[in-house]
Amino acid sequence: MSSHEKTGVLSTKDLKLPSKEHLEKGVAIIECIQEIPCDPCVASCPVNAISMKNINALPVVDFEKCIGCGKCVGFCPGLAIFVIKSRDDKALITLPYEFLPVPEVGDTVKALDRWGNIRCDGTIKQVLKKGKTMVITVEVRTDLAMEIRNIRVYA
Amino acid sequence: MLLRIKKHPIIDFKDSERISFYFNDTKLHGFKGDSIASALHAAGIKKLTTSLKYDRPRGFFCGIGKCSSCLMKVNKVPNVRTCIAPLNNGIRVETQEKLADWPDVEFKSKSKETANVDILVVGAGPAGLCASLEAAGQGASVLLVDENQTVGGQLVKQTHKFFGSKQEKAGTRGIQIAIDLENDLKKFEQNGKIKVMMDSTAIGYYEGDKEKQHKFAVVKREVYENTLYEVNCRAAIFACGAMENMLLFPGNDLPGVYGAGAVQTLMNVFGVKPGKKVIMVGAGNVGLIVSYQLLQAGIEVDRVVEAMPQIGGYHVHAAKLRRCGVPILTSHSIKEVYGNGKVEGAVIVKLDNNWQPVKGSEEKINCDTICLAVGLTPSTRFLYQVGAEMEFIPEAGGYVALHDDSMHTTIKGIYVAGDSSGIEEASTAMIEGKIAGLSAAISLGYKKKGDSSLKKQHMGELDRLRAGPFGEKPRIGKHKISKLLGKRHV
Repeated sequence: MSSHEKTGVLSTKDLKLPSKEHLEKGVAIIECIQEIPCDPCVASCPVNAISMKNINALPVVDFEKCIGCGKCVGFCPGLAIFVIKSRDDKALITLPYEFLPVPEVGDTVKALDRWGNIRCDGTIKQVLKKGKTMVITVEVRTDLAMEIRNIRVYA
Repeated sequence: MLLRIKKHPIIDFKDSERISFYFNDTKLHGFKGDSIASALHAAGIKKLTTSLKYDRPRGFFCGIGKCSSCLMKVNKVPNVRTCIAPLNNGIRVETQEKLADWPDVEFKSKSKETANVDILVVGAGPAGLCASLEAAGQGASVLLVDENQTVGGQLVKQTHKFFGSKQEKAGTRGIQIAIDLENDLKKFEQNGKIKVMMDSTAIGYYEGDKEKQHKFAVVKREVYENTLYEVNCRAAIFACGAMENMLLFPGNDLPGVYGAGAVQTLMNVFGVKPGKKVIMVGAGNVGLIVSYQLLQAGIEVDRVVEAMPQIGGYHVHAAKLRRCGVPILTSHSIKEVYGNGKVEGAVIVKLDNNWQPVKGSEEKINCDTICLAVGLTPSTRFLYQVGAEMEFIPEAGGYVALHDDSMHTTIKGIYVAGDSSGIEEASTAMIEGKIAGLSAAISLGYKKKGDSSLKKQHMGELDRLRAGPFGEKPRIGKHKISKLLGKRHV
């Protein structure tokens, strides 16, 4: 049994990771590791970078094609897609957010990892609305680019 | 007012009219749109009745009219299911004596009404709605009966985006799917093909000429005054959904122990918080999804405990809960719930490889709400009365009516669809409903060009959704059902 089946938390070993170049460009990472019947991500991609063999297969991102636009982030029903763009010392994490209060650009928020632990402060860089799901880009330390997957906003 | 949800990230709760009612002579306030139980809950009253034998306090458990732990007397009518009965201005709600008084106000000097239709559909959830729409689309006349105030079944509390395929509305929230289906329904109501009877219960089957016609009794409630309908139909589709399972442990009947779906209804439909701090029992999809929705409503989820050694629901649901900081403890269960008249806390215990509690691993946690998400049982009692052959299929969640791939049971003209034909997802319930509606209409002579390819298309879609590892259980369940059916009717 993989540890995530017990914990509900993935490690980077469970994922196919993009190269340094891809990360500098900014690409989508789909943290969907089970064959479940679901496919809206495929149709959401404007450059056809996401593919699936059938509706139960795992989605695969072509990091060469992906333009890191983040459209899929707001579409995924499982809220399992993140766009990571890392530069020298800062990384931009684009993540889905369905809580109140909604932060504003420039706000400082707490950045949380997959375990829900607060790891650092983050700065909100972009807030987009996709239906009731907010697609939020937060800037954090580059060394935490593969760790940070949530934010906590204090009123 | 502390328990009312003011702001929500997904749901726009609209202000509604404030109304007053009486609870055992105390004047209380609620809002139009409340159920009696939600208004009482928001006013801090969780104890609705007492148990028959030991006078133990009881609150509601299922929240959707399926269990009997919320029965109260309303305007002198006993045994009103307060979880689904609407709150109206000036009503008198009372805790009832153990044996309710003779309901002399109920059918007082009233004659029955008669309704003749092609197809009766019982249940206006995803399966029943799709069955009605599909049958009416073929040209059949449909009477759709449901116990609730609004159509949509349990879709009306599903605030998360649905999985599945684009054709089956993947990516759309359940609450929106309910609205979309209701809009489709309105078109058929306008042209008279579908008649909808809400706040109504199908209460009995009266054998007509089984080859040609079925006769059912339906009670339509009007502000706690009932009208009895004799419904004559050529076919009936049962899409009655399912009921949440109870778990055995000391204190499981204390007010504050709810089915997870009941809590979902309370907060997402009525905008009332179940409490301040919750322990969720069960890490299947229902437990994981409702836990996340509790957080969205501003309620603390202390932890999720799961007796199995691994999480049963989708990883993506578990992951969104974990990154909010909610622990999920596998191989853990609830040992007991304690409290004086209501939940005040619980004892959690670790389980060993043989499912036995590990001594010394007990942990006492203060909380006011326990949610049980330990599976569902199909609602099938009516099908027994109709005489359909029933069989216990563990993978389907309990006893279900044997049915073929057109959703037809062993009684001519009687169909099933959705959870009441085997526990599964709303997306598959919708397709099963379409198949049942289409099959019933065709059998009555409402044929159109392309019917058989449409049916094949629906069946193919079902197979596609069930093809993955999470579809294994329904796949096995449905296979067993068709195998048993074949054996009995060679």
